[in-house]
Amino acid sequence: MTLRATISTRLRATTPLGVAGAAAFVLLFGAVFLSGGYLVTVLEFAAIYCIFCIGLNFFMGYTGQASFGQNAFAAIGGYGTAIFCVNYGWEPVPAMLVTMVVSGVAALVIGYPTLRLRGHYLAMATFALGLITYDTSVQWTSLTQGYMGYSGIPPLGIGRFTVESERMKLVTLIVLVLFGLWISRRLRNSRFGRALRAIAASENGAAALGIRVRRYKLAAFVIAALYASASGSLFANIVGFISPEVFGLQMVVVTFTMLYLGGVGTVVGPAIGAVIVQLLPELVRGVGRFQETAYAAVLLLMLVFLPKGIFTLDRLRWPTKAEG
Amino acid sequence: MTGTSSVAPPLLEIVGLAARYGHIAALKPTSLRVEEGELVTVLGPNGAGKTTLLRAIARLIGAEGRVLLKGEDVTRLRPHQLAERGIIMVQEGRGLFGEMTVRENLLLGAYCLGRAGPAIAARLEQVFHLFPRLRERLDQVAASMSGGEQQMLAVGRALMAGPKLLMLDEPSLGLAPRVASEIIATLGELNRGGLGILLIEQKAPLALKLARRVYVLASGEVRAELAAEAIGSHHDLARYYLN
Repeated sequence: MTLRATISTRLRATTPLGVAGAAAFVLLFGAVFLSGGYLVTVLEFAAIYCIFCIGLNFFMGYTGQASFGQNAFAAIGGYGTAIFCVNYGWEPVPAMLVTMVVSGVAALVIGYPTLRLRGHYLAMATFALGLITYDTSVQWTSLTQGYMGYSGIPPLGIGRFTVESERMKLVTLIVLVLFGLWISRRLRNSRFGRALRAIAASENGAAALGIRVRRYKLAAFVIAALYASASGSLFANIVGFISPEVFGLQMVVVTFTMLYLGGVGTVVGPAIGAVIVQLLPELVRGVGRFQETAYAAVLLLMLVFLPKGIFTLDRLRWPTKAEG
Repeated sequence: MTGTSSVAPPLLEIVGLAARYGHIAALKPTSLRVEEGELVTVLGPNGAGKTTLLRAIARLIGAEGRVLLKGEDVTRLRPHQLAERGIIMVQEGRGLFGEMTVRENLLLGAYCLGRAGPAIAARLEQVFHLFPRLRERLDQVAASMSGGEQQMLAVGRALMAGPKLLMLDEPSLGLAPRVASEIIATLGELNRGGLGILLIEQKAPLALKLARRVYVLASGEVRAELAAEAIGSHHDLARYYLN
């Protein structure tokens, strides 16, 4: 298929709502970019969470497994980058790549025995992994500096070129998010991605077709860990400071909300969810001390009316019993 | 092993295969065989252990006993390894990936072929020859198709793997009589082409016309093994299965 034909096919497959959504995001980022200020920082965090959620979507969305412990790999990424950059003077990019390798290996070692579990048992095992990592980051002070954390982490950059301004940080992060989405889309529609989705639908059905279920689940777990590690590294480089709280339970809850609010198992849903969950507190700030109540109420309404995520907005309807 | 070295071993031979769900013996030690190019039907009422039998052969549940494929003991292999050896199962309820398209389901069927593009394209053509409707539905989501089309897709997807033995669990279940006849007739065509088939049906006069041999399963054990044409001479079996 030629490039022209491919673009034509894609455009025909895009719904009007999809075009409107894409336009809204472009306008949002354009407006924030031009106006600058605090909202740029909000969108930077949203972009970092986007990368985390795109990865988590491989394991929870495409493969249909549960993990409450991916924050562990974000912590490895964040602390790895901090230690390599601050203590050893490494450049941010090699530090990020090396910590991604470390996270990938850790995910392999942890995932191999853990992924024999299924359902709630797997969820609890991964939850324990997140708790262990948090406790380690607090207690192993000689490595992590405990609650003090690491400061003075250098900004992203290669050689003399560093990304210092907030606007350039946002642009860099958006490019990385788009790259992450491109990989996600390519893999989802590949032989590998079809196998993951078959596992999500029926592990026995997938195995009966010759799919090595355990191996694929492990691969999805490792991919999710790589994305999480990258997001942890990016957080360290963008903010310049990390501490255990960054990678604690709050991260698990927030990323779950983003994933399900946006549309678990869809390509762009997790990214949409990350942006909305980050922006929502700012949008409801006007209600004063009831801000958190309003935030929770809006989230609840979205989940009730769009149980499969905002990505399915075109199917908006009254919730039915069957959807549970 | 059965037979002498000059006699080809059966395509599939199971010896003393037994499976339990907790304390319940769903399948008592059972032995049966399917010869090369043979279509064998397993009949039995609800709860007879037919589905358990297929799931035990495909190793989708834990089971005792032995499974031999062309004389090779494949008992300890995992489900994906059995699929790689050519034992492919069409599960009860079709087992399709409903949210995926027809194309994606078919490509998953060819998973064992790896990335061999030309081989996969050739298999697709074979499937479209048998079920032309699938070609028209390629980009349709599987769950949105009719029951008959879904069953065609389930069989087509199984054929994409190039099976040596095709096991089907009640492929006519829930289908209109005409559609069920079409599916069974296609299975007959595949069998005449040399494909070994183990077919499970509850009441299937059509399947009996195609089958060479029949096993009758009840309460988790084989109660009878007989030639398909002989079933008419067994008063009780004929009354139950042919009427």
